[in-house]
Amino acid sequence: MAIEVDMMKKVPVSEQDPKVRAANFEEVCLGYNEEEAKAEATRCLNCKNPKCVDGCPVSINIPGFIEKIKDGDFEAAAGVIGEASSLPAVCGRVCPQEKQCEGQCIRGIKGESVSIGKLERFTADWAREHGIKPVKKAASNGRKVAVVGAGPSGLTCAGDLAKMGYEVTIFEALHKAGGVLVYGIPEFRLPKDKVVAKEIENVESLGVEIKTDYIIGRSETVDELMEREGFEAVYISSGAGLPMFMHIPGEQALGVYSANEYLTRANLMKAYRDDYDTPINKGRKTVVVGGGNVAMDAARTALRLGSEVTVVYRRSEQELPARAEEVHHAKEEGIVFELLTNPVEILEDEEGFVRGIRVIRMELGEPDESGRRRPVEVPGSEYEIECDSVIMALGTTPNPLIPGTTKGLDTTKKKCIVTDEETGATSKDGVFAGGDCATGAATVILAMGAGRKAAKGIDDYLNAR
Amino acid sequence: MYKILSAELLAEKTYRMVVEAPNVAHACEPGQFLIVRAEEESERIALTICDYDRDKDTVTIVFQTIGESSYKIAEKKAGDFFADVVGPLGNPAEYITEPLEEVQKRHYLLVGGGLGTAPVYPQAKWLKEHGVDVDVIIGTKTHDTLIMEQDMIDAVGEDHVFVTTDDGSYKRSGMVTAVIEDLVKNEGRHYDRCVSIGPMIMMKFCVKMTKELGIPTIVSMNPIMVDGTGMCGACRLIVGDEVKFACVDGPEFDGFKVDFDQAMKRMKLYKTEEGRRMLKYEESKQGKNCGCKG
Repeated sequence: MAIEVDMMKKVPVSEQDPKVRAANFEEVCLGYNEEEAKAEATRCLNCKNPKCVDGCPVSINIPGFIEKIKDGDFEAAAGVIGEASSLPAVCGRVCPQEKQCEGQCIRGIKGESVSIGKLERFTADWAREHGIKPVKKAASNGRKVAVVGAGPSGLTCAGDLAKMGYEVTIFEALHKAGGVLVYGIPEFRLPKDKVVAKEIENVESLGVEIKTDYIIGRSETVDELMEREGFEAVYISSGAGLPMFMHIPGEQALGVYSANEYLTRANLMKAYRDDYDTPINKGRKTVVVGGGNVAMDAARTALRLGSEVTVVYRRSEQELPARAEEVHHAKEEGIVFELLTNPVEILEDEEGFVRGIRVIRMELGEPDESGRRRPVEVPGSEYEIECDSVIMALGTTPNPLIPGTTKGLDTTKKKCIVTDEETGATSKDGVFAGGDCATGAATVILAMGAGRKAAKGIDDYLNAR
Repeated sequence: MYKILSAELLAEKTYRMVVEAPNVAHACEPGQFLIVRAEEESERIALTICDYDRDKDTVTIVFQTIGESSYKIAEKKAGDFFADVVGPLGNPAEYITEPLEEVQKRHYLLVGGGLGTAPVYPQAKWLKEHGVDVDVIIGTKTHDTLIMEQDMIDAVGEDHVFVTTDDGSYKRSGMVTAVIEDLVKNEGRHYDRCVSIGPMIMMKFCVKMTKELGIPTIVSMNPIMVDGTGMCGACRLIVGDEVKFACVDGPEFDGFKVDFDQAMKRMKLYKTEEGRRMLKYEESKQGKNCGCKG
């Protein structure tokens, strides 16, 4: 049966019922089927000057792949995406499309933009389910490049370099490749075995070797990789590092976690599954502090582990940095948002366990350097929220391991590696960097964009030698 | 996969294993640690590096069975494999990076309490091999729980190893703090540096004593960790009023600055959860000893 399309609105996508999914770790969004995808594709205006492509950090030919979906040639659509992205099934699920491609879509001016993210996801899922491999292995040019960290940035850079013929080895500190895709983003948003592992296999099928349990900066330094192991260039994509805390009283109480710890236990170490040994404190009432994607992931994970959850964020709904879809999903699932609210103290019981959090109301003042209105405390508005767990999702500072062990690698005041934005080049000859270790905590797609640019930067650098 | 070459029981619940782990063996130094994951479903457990052999690509670990995952490590035999061995983690002991001639001017006192004797061993060995004067105190509950006495004697010489048992069942009697006091006040020993590794409560009192005696003291902290590479933040400690992370800032810190009470409090966190899992595990072992994983 043909689907009736309202040109002003996105073809709706099926999702797990909020009440059901709040108690499981299965994927929330079920994605388009073939008919829905073809129907949604008809909404694309195929603009001569496609703004959506400008909005994409890896410049996918968006009207190009949507055109192929319209024709029902899904394999060709996957081919178009594959030219620009190594991880399309991931991006279709986790990119902040409303701020990127979909935010630029002409359809969005009067109605809803084309559902580009869902179409990308459909294409990638279809290709995977039909056993389609993106590109064939290139002939080796005999030149070795090392990549540090198997997260989205490293995988993208490695994939692009392998397509150019380089012999690429990725060194990963954890026991599993994927970086934030496996330790940070939860299963219900990004399935690990079904999606992430398969996309990593695709990168490996290009000839990329991934060595896990291998810590650059400890097992071997960047200098040693170049001097002893014959790598002609190194791309550092070691990701985000240590979690930030608020430095308020009670932050060392038992039951206060960083979102990194909480999510790593739940995702990488699979604490939510009975067949894994990892302990996790399943709070009864959890307060999550922060308003980004990581805060939403932590809140929704705690909810699924059986806790009541409140998100405390110091600005208003408009400033929430999380993807719109995540906030929408979180609300549907029953997470309470205390906006314009900021913690001042974590309260402990006599045993040292969290018993609550004291917060203060905020109001928005003048815009600050980020352009957002600065939240200011409302005097005398303090109150307490009862809880037994507090998860701090306030961002991270870069990992000090590599800058601390690599000679001549400049960092900024905030300890980010200094890079040339166009090429990824650092202050050290032959060493490139990108992703969170260079920019501070950002998104998967921006890290991938940096990986792509650096692959080109490395190729130009090595060709000029 | 990482092959276990030998496995032995040193004392009750205390095991020593030699494991093939070239990435760790080639780079590790005294003061650092590693992480083991016994099986795919196991936790990442931070363990002490007790010795290493760069030529043979091996590291030696010594550990006690406390939680479910450490039992899974202990159940392994020579010839079995660990899913993961990753390291070295943390920073090497400070004297490794200091000019050797400076280090050689000092007299070192190393204090190992219980399992802490194991990470003290490579430090003692390194210092001795580099011509540095070193005495070692081994403190333990009772004679049966004593580990690595002969290894330590072989490393630094019989005259430089002092064993004390809490119950007086072997050699000296009493806590390590009493031995430190005796050595300095009554036996004419002089120390410029102390390295103390053991249970937090022992390190706390050890530091109290060395502070009185004016001996700068390094302690090695082993808080809860998940990744061990500077990501999760679980291993945070208060050191000199600052938040520090044991995995990337430590594990060794200035003992005079560590807030031990805070650190001990945080250790409690998973005790109940861990305890519950332990009970479940012990029960399941009694219930079905068929060797299957069902």
